[in-house]
Amino acid sequence: MPYTRLAVIALFFLGVNLSAALAQTAPQAKPQKQAAEVRIGYLRAYAPELTLSLLDLPPRDEGVAGAKAGIKDDNTTGKFMGQHFDLDVTEVKPDADVTKAFNDLVAKGDRFIIVDLSTPQILSIADLARDKGVLLFNIGDRDDSLREEDCRINVFHIAPTRSMLADALAQYLIVKRWPRWVLIYGSHKPDQLFADALRRAATRFGGQIVAEKEFKDTGTARRTDTGLAQVDQQITAFTQGLPDYDVMLVADESEVFGTYLPYRTWSPRPVAGTAGLVPGAWHPASEQWGGIQMQNRFLREYGRHMLSKDMNAWTAARVVGEAASRTRGNDPKTMSDYIRSDKFSVAAFKGQKLTFRKWNLQLRQPIFLGDGRTVVSTSPQAPFLHQSSTLDTLGVDQPETKCTLK
Amino acid sequence: MRKQLYSAAAAAIAVGLAGGPAFAYTAYVSNEKGNSMSIVDTTTMKVVKTVDVGQRPRGITISPDGKFVYLCASDDDQVQVIDTSTLEMVGSLPSGPDPELFVLSPDGKTLYVANEDDNLVTVIDIASKQVLAEIPVGVEPEGMGISPDGKTLVNTSETTSMAHFIDTETHEVTDSVLVDTRPRFAEFTPDGSQVWVSAEVGGTVSVIDNKTRQVVKKINFAIPGLRAETIQPVGVSITADGKKAYIALGPANHVAVVDTKTYEVEKYILVGQRVWHLAFTPDQKTLITTNGNSNDITFIDTATDEPVQSVTVGQQPWGVVISPK
Repeated sequence: MPYTRLAVIALFFLGVNLSAALAQTAPQAKPQKQAAEVRIGYLRAYAPELTLSLLDLPPRDEGVAGAKAGIKDDNTTGKFMGQHFDLDVTEVKPDADVTKAFNDLVAKGDRFIIVDLSTPQILSIADLARDKGVLLFNIGDRDDSLREEDCRINVFHIAPTRSMLADALAQYLIVKRWPRWVLIYGSHKPDQLFADALRRAATRFGGQIVAEKEFKDTGTARRTDTGLAQVDQQITAFTQGLPDYDVMLVADESEVFGTYLPYRTWSPRPVAGTAGLVPGAWHPASEQWGGIQMQNRFLREYGRHMLSKDMNAWTAARVVGEAASRTRGNDPKTMSDYIRSDKFSVAAFKGQKLTFRKWNLQLRQPIFLGDGRTVVSTSPQAPFLHQSSTLDTLGVDQPETKCTLK
Repeated sequence: MRKQLYSAAAAAIAVGLAGGPAFAYTAYVSNEKGNSMSIVDTTTMKVVKTVDVGQRPRGITISPDGKFVYLCASDDDQVQVIDTSTLEMVGSLPSGPDPELFVLSPDGKTLYVANEDDNLVTVIDIASKQVLAEIPVGVEPEGMGISPDGKTLVNTSETTSMAHFIDTETHEVTDSVLVDTRPRFAEFTPDGSQVWVSAEVGGTVSVIDNKTRQVVKKINFAIPGLRAETIQPVGVSITADGKKAYIALGPANHVAVVDTKTYEVEKYILVGQRVWHLAFTPDQKTLITTNGNSNDITFIDTATDEPVQSVTVGQQPWGVVISPK
């Protein structure tokens, strides 16, 4: 609600400023020579989703707007490099066969494709892409297996994994000395994968899961005419009788119950995970490290706040842009080699350079921990050390990896 | 024998006096979070006054005659002009939205402002308060350096990672040089032969030859016991004799001293937390640093390169400028 209202007010003022700005002709940078084309495809599985809170409804252009913002930045840079970037967006249904859509993008000349697809969809085109010399940039899938046993040499992962998100949260709770957790998880596969990641994080950083409970999805509607009449009673009863704990962890990626936990639990304890304090690749209120500049231009351009998937897509477009300007070309092989080399880094308003883990092509990155309003903290937390990069305290580290790039 | 000792002591006292800070200079510090400006006496190293200014003050500079301080009030979308004799705001300049850093032409007549939100450098004639030109540059322009002869302006664009060389007569970008990630600051050597550009996220300083417009040296930093990612170079100040460069290393909480001939780091000076910008006193004897996260500034003796004292100023000090007289 506050987001929406703010956005509307901001839009009103921006609209006024914009019309004034448009009245003048915008000055143009002089291109240095004939521009070389870098075509970026964007393949997306989309269907409208229902969420427990209206505020969490994904905007129609979630992710796509981020990619557009990234392409715009790439083109501003490209003017000085003689390079031009294009974005081709294609949508398919979730669970649909994506090979035709993929082949169509490749036929148009796209050699860099941002994918916002399910794990099976990504795997269905990964090898095809490799054989055609196409690089994929995963911005939506958080599945660890895609970076481990199912990793590929041509699939770069911008989105953080469930294990990275869970570790980021666990580090903060340990630093706060809130180590006793109960874990409530949903009955769908993604919920259980995130619950697994939270269990792993507990073992890794010294948290103690004192009790676990599954919340079964009995197929109830997310919206009813009586609204929240029974929710408080249901949640209070569901969370009664647990052993004493510091924090309730919730794993409900499927949006069945998690949003209802804060303030309705039997014991007055904070909630964290997919509700309450939530780990993410970005936060719409992050201003630090130059982030306010990104937030301002995103809001001005797309009329809404920037979400994690937008930031992932922006970063993917910037990774391609950075590789193109540094290698002064558009050859996927040369650019892939560069991205995987020690020379590569990209900045994404996260306080330090981001690089790829060479062993599985996962982007190293700090994780934001935020509630609905502000960034509460950013992990990795200072006390957790690492021999090469503290960012590698988040997620599956090199000695544990099951990935063999091929 | 005794007489000799006395005269030696007297000579030492005389030298001490002559070597001490003979002139009182005034330092002006912009406090980003405090919406204020601290006025500091560089001799007594005390804050003499704090005045309220516009919202989110960042870049700060002073006219060559010392009469006016120019201050980027970023969230007010203007450059404020402050009379140094009264410390009152006497006017504002049309900077364009979200001004962060700027540089004054050596003759004090023209102000070049980086507008981060619009990917533009705005050229302002101070006397008429008119915008003379808007020059398109890369994404998130920030650092601004001007050659001693005033003919070449260098702007750094943070997301584009370039140093743009601009001809100040034609207002055209003549060269764009790729540097490391997130360039924050550009500083010419006093002879105008080189530009030093810091890359905050890249962790390096690129030395660019102003004739060939090529990077001739990339300076790296390493401080024992500190993680590489905490070393984030921002402010660069080069001594008037061109021999030493001081580089503020942000969250590494140190200032690096670099020999400009060998490009070797001679020393790392511990200052306050998140050090961003630097300024010399006109006699070059003292360097002042702004330490944003410890809310203080540090005085460094440039003869010994030792920190002398830290002084608390306002909330989150950002930039600093020192009166020329």
